[in-house]
Amino acid sequence: MKLVTAIIKPFKLEDVRDALMKLGVNGMTVTEVKGYGRQKGHTEIYRGAEYAVNFLPKLRIEVAVASDRANTAVDAIATAARTGQIGDGKIFVVDIDKAVRIRTGETDADAL
Amino acid sequence: MIKAFMRRAALTGALSAVTAAPAFAQQAAKIDPADTVWVTTSTALVLMMTLPGLALFYAGMVRKKNVLATMAQSFAAAMIASLLWMAIGYSLTFGGEGAYIGTLDRFFLSGMAIDGAHPLARTIPEALFMLFQMTFAVITVALVAGSVADRMRFTAFAWFSALWLIVVYVPIAHVVWGGGFLSAAGVLDFAGGLVVHLNAGVAGLVAAYVLGSRRGYGSENLAPFDLSLAVIGTGLLWVGWFGFNGGSALGAGSRAVYAITATHLAASAGAFVWMALEWWTRGKPSVLGIISGAIAGLGTITPASGFVLPWHGLVIGILAGLVCFWACTWLKLKLGYDDSLDVFGIHGVGGLIGTLLTGVFATAALTASPETPGGLPGLIEGNARQVLLQAYGVAVTAIWCGVMTYVVLKIVGLMTPLRVNTQEEMQGLDITQHGESLQ
Repeated sequence: MKLVTAIIKPFKLEDVRDALMKLGVNGMTVTEVKGYGRQKGHTEIYRGAEYAVNFLPKLRIEVAVASDRANTAVDAIATAARTGQIGDGKIFVVDIDKAVRIRTGETDADAL
Repeated sequence: MIKAFMRRAALTGALSAVTAAPAFAQQAAKIDPADTVWVTTSTALVLMMTLPGLALFYAGMVRKKNVLATMAQSFAAAMIASLLWMAIGYSLTFGGEGAYIGTLDRFFLSGMAIDGAHPLARTIPEALFMLFQMTFAVITVALVAGSVADRMRFTAFAWFSALWLIVVYVPIAHVVWGGGFLSAAGVLDFAGGLVVHLNAGVAGLVAAYVLGSRRGYGSENLAPFDLSLAVIGTGLLWVGWFGFNGGSALGAGSRAVYAITATHLAASAGAFVWMALEWWTRGKPSVLGIISGAIAGLGTITPASGFVLPWHGLVIGILAGLVCFWACTWLKLKLGYDDSLDVFGIHGVGGLIGTLLTGVFATAALTASPETPGGLPGLIEGNARQVLLQAYGVAVTAIWCGVMTYVVLKIVGLMTPLRVNTQEEMQGLDITQHGESLQ
C-alpha cells in the first residue's frame, strides 16, 4: 500500500477530488498548510508598513491506495492540480506498513 | 400647560429643599424630554463605540496571539474609567468653575438631585450629563491602548488607565469643557478634538516611545490577524460617532443634526481621499486604508462638528484624509516610533488639525451661546484670531498631556513593569496575561 501525499493550490481541491473519484479512490484527508517552494511569497502593505509574506496557503491531500494503483493516482492528481504556473505543488509517495478500518477492524487491502 | 409647568416647578423646588444644595448654583431645571431622549441615545452610542467598536477595531489589527488581550484593554478602560469617573472624575471635571480644576462637590455623585441639571446642560438630568461625559472619558483612555498594542502588561495598563484619567484627562476636560481657562479664553472644542483625540494621540505617542517598539518591528511579519473585525469595529465607530458629535449638542435640534451631517460627510470624504491616495501610490485601494480614512475624517471633524456648516465637513474630511495618511505612512517611518495602531497618526494628528480647522470654519451662528451671544466665528467669517486661540488650546493640551503621560508611565513603571518580557511577547499576551487563547 502506498500513501500518496500531494501539496496543491487550494482552489484545485475539487478538481483533484473529482479525478480521484473517477479512479475509484473514495477517501482522502485534507489539511490546510502553508509553504513555499519556487513560488516566493509576496509583500503586503498595511498602512505604510510592508510585510514580506513568505508562506503561501496550500492544501495537503493524503490518499492511501493499493501499490499497483499508486502511479495512476499520482498521474490523476498531477493532471487535475496542474495550472502551469509556479506554485502548483508536489506529490510524494511513501510506503504504508499497515492500514486498519476502525469501524470494522479490517486490515490492509480491505481497509483501503 | 401652565399647570404642568407649575407642577414641575413645585417638584423641583421641593427636591432642591430636600437634597443639599451644592457649591455651584442649581438653577430650576427645565428637563426637556426630547433633549433627554437624544442625549440618552447618544450616551449608548458613544459607549458602543468603545464596547465593542474600538475593541473590534483594534483587535482585528493585532496578531492572533494578542487579540483577546487587546479587547481586554478596551473593556478594562471602560470599567476603570467608569468607576473612577463616578467617584471623583466627574466632580473634578465639571464641579465648580475653577480655572484649572473642578471641585469635589460631586464626590461619589453626592448632591446630585434627581431632577437637577448641570449648568452646562440645563435641559437634561444631571445624571445623564454625568453619564454622557463618562463615555467620553472611557473612550479616550481606551484609545491610548492602541499605541502600545502587543506589548503592554495588563496590570500596567490598568494602573495607567486609572492614573492617566485623573491626572491628564480630567484637567484637560475641565479647562476645555468644564469652565476652565481654555474655555474662558474662547477655545472651541465641540466634541473632543482636544479632550479626546489630541489627548489620546499625544499620550499614545509618549507611551510608544517609553515602552519601545515591538520585537520584530521593521523586520518581522506583524500583519493583522483579521481585518474583518476591524471593519466591523469601524462601522460601529462611524455610526456611534453620530452620538459622539450629535450628542455633544446636548439637545435635540438643528445643531445636533448639523453636527451629525458634518460628521458623516467628513467620514465619507476622509475614507475616499485615503482610498484614492493608496490607489495612486500603491496601485490598490486597501480595506484598511478605507477604514483608516474614515476614522481620520471622524476624529478630525469632532472639534468642529457642531460649529460648522455641513459642507465644511466635506473639506475637513478631505484634509483629514490627506494629512493623516501622510502622518501614518511617512511621518511615522521618518521618526521611527512604533505607534502600533496609529493612535497618534490618526487621532493625535486628526485632533490637532481638526482643532485648528475649527478656528477656520467656525460660524458665528452655530457658536453663539448665552455667554457669547455674538458667537465665536472663525477665519472665513473674518476672525483670524480664533485660529490662534485654537493653536493655544492645542499647545496647552499637548504639553500637559505629553509631560504628565510621561510622569504617569514612570510612576506606574515603579509599581510594575510596563512591558512584557521577550518570552511573553513572543508567546503572546492572550496566553501570558490572561491564560486564554483563540483556538
